[in-house]
Amino acid sequence: MPAERREVVLTEEGPVLVSGPVEIVLPDGRRVTADRPVNALCLCRRSRRYPICDTSHRTRTREDS
Amino acid sequence: MLSATVPPPVTSPSLPRPRGPVSAAVLDALRGGPVRVDVSGADPYGDDVQLALHCCYELHYRGFDGVDDDLEWDPALLAVRGDLERLFLAALRADVEAGADVAAEVDALLVEPVGPDVGGVSHHLRRDGELWQLREYVVHRSIYHLKEADPQAWVIPRLPGPAKAALVTVEHDEYGGGDPDRMHARLFADMMRELGLDDSYGHYVDSVPAETLAEVNLMSMCGLRRSLRGALVGQFAAVELTSSPGSQRLVRAMRRLGCGPAAIAFYDEHVEADAVHEQIIRRGVLGPLLAAEPGLAADVVFGIRAYLHLGDRLGERLLDCWSRGASSLRGDTVGA
Repeated sequence: MPAERREVVLTEEGPVLVSGPVEIVLPDGRRVTADRPVNALCLCRRSRRYPICDTSHRTRTREDS
Repeated sequence: MLSATVPPPVTSPSLPRPRGPVSAAVLDALRGGPVRVDVSGADPYGDDVQLALHCCYELHYRGFDGVDDDLEWDPALLAVRGDLERLFLAALRADVEAGADVAAEVDALLVEPVGPDVGGVSHHLRRDGELWQLREYVVHRSIYHLKEADPQAWVIPRLPGPAKAALVTVEHDEYGGGDPDRMHARLFADMMRELGLDDSYGHYVDSVPAETLAEVNLMSMCGLRRSLRGALVGQFAAVELTSSPGSQRLVRAMRRLGCGPAAIAFYDEHVEADAVHEQIIRRGVLGPLLAAEPGLAADVVFGIRAYLHLGDRLGERLLDCWSRGASSLRGDTVGA
């Protein structure tokens, strides 16, 4: 058992930050590894790399001429 | 992680070619001649000054082949570097609007403009960039990425505890988390070779214009001068906050143009890495740094805006040249 509690940071606007290495189990049973010291996991479901955050939660402004 | 792969011998780059009287005088001094450099009246953004600054800074990184390593601390050369920095810094301070609202600055960077008319180099490359343009882009970027994270490493001892720990977390990731094969500079070199480019350190310095050198010179100046530590953190934040969506566009450009796995891997890594780095920089570095040293807020904003200002100048040059079907490099050195 790990001696220290791991920190999981819920951000207001985007992902959850989880210290790694960590294995994520998806609803379909698929397992994804995230090995960075800190990993950003998508909560908004907009990431094209779900469950890894790709900043797709950001506000977008449309620029037209 | 610490397995004994024998690294290739370290080589220093050759001295670049001069671009005017100031850089010629600095190069003479590096070859052992007297230090007689007059910067008065020189264009702070011009090729001559930016190459001279680049040469002064390179003494602190890898040095030059045939140049005495101890010139790094030569008082006369350091005085020249100081003159060049005052010139460059005065131009940046004059051209960049001052501010001290870091939160507003960060919020603005986190809004992503979309639509068919959004300008910028990565948008152009994603939409309809050609392979020769993509290769030129990589040549420009090589001046920084072959020493990726090195300019920012200078700031580590200048930061208070929590901000230092968080910044090192990001730097550790840039250096491959302890695995030399995953260092971002190494991934960039792999991409260069796959694109048929020369990945030796400093190879393309003669090929890139002042606009390219100026971006990296800003990083070196702010990294090496403790008085500009706030600006260095601002510059680093601007990179990490804007890199992830830009890298995604470059991944799409590389795929569309049929680039190989190493080329795609570099920017692919940055989509995910910089989504994390953004969070660490905002929460771990900027927050604690400004709590400990609130007086640095204006410098953080300056670092962000100065970096964006120089990025805009480079982007305009690239898009202007490419729109005329012309190379953005000096001379036809890439054979693109």
